[in-house]
Amino acid sequence: MSVPTPHPYMANSVPALQREMLDSIGVDSVEELFVQIPEDHRLQRPLNLPPRLSENELRRHLIRTLSKNTTAETNLSFLGAGIWQHHVPAAVDEIVRRNEWLTSVFGEPSSDHGRNQAWFEFCSQLGELLNMDLVGLPVRSWGTAAGHALRMAARLTGRNEVVIVRAIDPERLSVIRNFCEPPEMASHIGIRLVDFDAATGQIDMEDLHQAVGPQTAAVYFEVPSYLGVIESRGSEIAAIAHAAGAQTIVGVDPISLGVLSAPADYGADIVVGTIQTLGVRMHAGGGAGGFIASSDDPRYAAEYPALLISISETLVAGEHGFGLSLFHQSSYGLRDKGNDWTGHSVYMWAIAATAYMAMMGPRGFEEIGAQILQRAHYASQLLSEIDGVDVHFPAGFFKEFVVSFNATDKSVAEVNRTLLDDGIFGGKDLSTEFPELGQSALYSVTEIHTLADIERLSGALRKAIA
Amino acid sequence: MTEKLKEYHAPVWNESSIMELGYPGRRGLLFSEAEPNIRERFPEPEALIPASMRRRSAPALPEMTEPEVLYHYLRLSQQTLGMMGMSIFGTCTMKYNAQINEAMAWRPEVTELHPLQHEDTLQGALEVVYGMDTILRELSGMDQFVFQAGGGADAAYTSAVITRAYHAARGELAQRDEIITTIQTHPSSAATAAAAGFKVITLMLDENGYPSLDALKAAVSDRTAALMVNNPDDMGVYNPEMKEWVRIVHEAGGLAFYDHANFNGAMSKLRAREIGFDACMFMLHKTFGAPKSGVGGPAVGAYGCSEELARYLPAPVVTYDGDRYHLDYDRPHTIGKIREFWGNLPVIVKAYAWSRSMGAEGIAQASDISVLANNYMEKGLLAIRGVTRSHPNASTPRLEMTRYSLQQLKEDTGVDVHDVQNRMTDFGIDAMWTSHEPWLVPEPFTPEAGEMYGKEALDRWIAVLAQISDEAYSDPGLVKTSPHNQAIHRLKAGMTDDPSSRAMTWRAFLKKRNNGALGAGPHDPAS
Repeated sequence: MSVPTPHPYMANSVPALQREMLDSIGVDSVEELFVQIPEDHRLQRPLNLPPRLSENELRRHLIRTLSKNTTAETNLSFLGAGIWQHHVPAAVDEIVRRNEWLTSVFGEPSSDHGRNQAWFEFCSQLGELLNMDLVGLPVRSWGTAAGHALRMAARLTGRNEVVIVRAIDPERLSVIRNFCEPPEMASHIGIRLVDFDAATGQIDMEDLHQAVGPQTAAVYFEVPSYLGVIESRGSEIAAIAHAAGAQTIVGVDPISLGVLSAPADYGADIVVGTIQTLGVRMHAGGGAGGFIASSDDPRYAAEYPALLISISETLVAGEHGFGLSLFHQSSYGLRDKGNDWTGHSVYMWAIAATAYMAMMGPRGFEEIGAQILQRAHYASQLLSEIDGVDVHFPAGFFKEFVVSFNATDKSVAEVNRTLLDDGIFGGKDLSTEFPELGQSALYSVTEIHTLADIERLSGALRKAIA
Repeated sequence: MTEKLKEYHAPVWNESSIMELGYPGRRGLLFSEAEPNIRERFPEPEALIPASMRRRSAPALPEMTEPEVLYHYLRLSQQTLGMMGMSIFGTCTMKYNAQINEAMAWRPEVTELHPLQHEDTLQGALEVVYGMDTILRELSGMDQFVFQAGGGADAAYTSAVITRAYHAARGELAQRDEIITTIQTHPSSAATAAAAGFKVITLMLDENGYPSLDALKAAVSDRTAALMVNNPDDMGVYNPEMKEWVRIVHEAGGLAFYDHANFNGAMSKLRAREIGFDACMFMLHKTFGAPKSGVGGPAVGAYGCSEELARYLPAPVVTYDGDRYHLDYDRPHTIGKIREFWGNLPVIVKAYAWSRSMGAEGIAQASDISVLANNYMEKGLLAIRGVTRSHPNASTPRLEMTRYSLQQLKEDTGVDVHDVQNRMTDFGIDAMWTSHEPWLVPEPFTPEAGEMYGKEALDRWIAVLAQISDEAYSDPGLVKTSPHNQAIHRLKAGMTDDPSSRAMTWRAFLKKRNNGALGAGPHDPAS
């Protein structure tokens, strides 16, 4: 044994107990149990790591280190672009932090019944928001959800090209590009990007018509788009995809679905999106999580890479439980012959999201949607009243909008630097991602932003561009 | 067995589905109206939505108060056994999730950060990430770690994508279309290699419990892109020829990736880079004490590699100039993103805190204790009637896990491993792990004692299995009808898969029930 100090996390770190166990198996030292590892594989020195800390020291060390962060709680933040600041009820935090689910593994449907029921309720409630009957357990992010969905569409259609809107988060698109594989691979899926209309931010329908053809496996667009715009021709886009025999895949932020139409209602076959906005804090991006949903058609169910959970009768009449469904088609069941791959995802956030959706109810979603529309549009108008500041797509957006500083002599980086000095996190800089928008930034305004917050931003921006 | 062991009983709440709860009009959360200035300008928010895209009917969500929701989910949490009793689920390396780590990760300095904030405002977070990187470099000998992958399988995928980039840069990707793995390497290596577009060659085991060098030599060619392998494998068997394996793969022009999911048995004992590997992966949500959350995450597969491969890493990489920490996005050869942003910070904070609490001595001790505990358990388990060990020829002590079989028990009594799993939960013991597919050993089970549980807990686990064996031989029906002490009973076989009965949402369930495919529900007035 290296050091005989008993550790609070290790019950057998008492030397006498180890002696007892060694005697029981009849060996002299633990070293004899590592005989499988050849000597020339062994590290010949102790590890060189920073010194061990007691809990008290650890707490002080971490608080000192983490206090070097400046948070979106003590500052006023307008950052969105894939992770958004919404109100998270305290009850949701209390529920999601319970040790019982935190420490579970697979379990049995009977012994981990409560967790399985919570997961099923997540899928059920999201299914109501989406008007869809089949919702999988969460995947790791919106981008991975989109990547998996595009691969599902390629398998469903036997085609190897997808059409994707260009007004998409470049991070998400980068994930999708990896999922679609480079051209050297036999299973490569080609990507055609469809432009957006410079005046409205909506899909360029002529470009879409040209891009979609008999080779198209899927058309992927988002409502609202990355630039915040509510696409108004959802059914027209779906019809174009369907006429070519392609799948329609729509990405959504479900916080909008109390006021915006469910994508299934304008023709979506597969819907993906984030679950972060449903009661999950930002966690520096660790709040990211995604979902995949579709109709209950067995053709779709057969292509899911995600784990699925189904309600079931038990052996006792009138009793129900919940168990994994179609596990055999996952990579756990079929290794390289399974659908893509599965593994650790963000299932804790499904528990946060199910509690959040239940607290919101239909009225909550309607109200939050209306509030976000009002507050974001008010902010957009107030900012566009500043000399030199414009909003690119001033009508028909949800939560996010593009603020242009092209008529000022300041870059977004300079503006954001000044705002930061005033305790404000300005919107995400779009100038390298979308050069055609010039010096523009993506601002996110949610239910948490008050009139005073918006006025404070407006005042600070006037100063920043002066 | 002289005295019967005491059993556990789960709370039985008979909790309805949340979709059946509530009352129209009840509220769980209110939003104050927008201020008058805002409302005056935009009195009709729905007018801000194109008419074609307005929602026409409200979602059929439950309408509940805050306490109704809170207590519903607290009751469900109580009906989740998890580690409340004892869980030594093989390959998952169940560890204590220290409460100080949870408390630190839930501070607003972590939860209220946006990933796109200016790096000046993220110095504390980046310091922790860099600190974890430094610790993992020491544990592996690799040159750089990234934390973007949201789990171990995601890190294996990262490796497959970096393998593509490496060979593409040499103009050899079209030719090098094969990845070699072994049947006892986690399925995610084979699956992610295939999803990245590679053909997968899977090597089978010989009588020593690992594939022969000849099998590897026969598989390697100028089409080899990489080797993806774990060591020890999921049975605690260590392949002593691994240095030679890596040499052969390198000689053929391929890369070698070490899946360190089973790290407890090797932790502090060897370093991946010194065996010759180009890259490796650690699971922060098991080996490093962060929670697994139902094999669900949020998790982190920390991916580390040699300097030669570092140029391809997903961006951004956290760097340190001696004064400040940076998010380095300016990486021209990067593979781009595996997942949005730069990793699950709360999980990294917890893993960093675990590493600092353990220190070098604690980490070495944890490895020793988990291997000792496994071998201690083996002695007790092999004394139980009906239990045998896999690969009897591989007779040296296993590392942190051992693969057993209940085939003898099944032949003698008709009780199978699934029956035993269920019966174990009656004693408050989480269902033990069997094996990944395919089952090479019939009726397999694989406990992994780990370093957290004391000898008396391990003794109880052994005693429970011994009693269940006795029950199987004396009263098999008791085991076959188990569990007897849980919130619910076993599911009817096949219902979660059959298209006419499976339902992944409540709305699908209602439709199938109304079509007569299902029996009446628990709260159906007709039942």
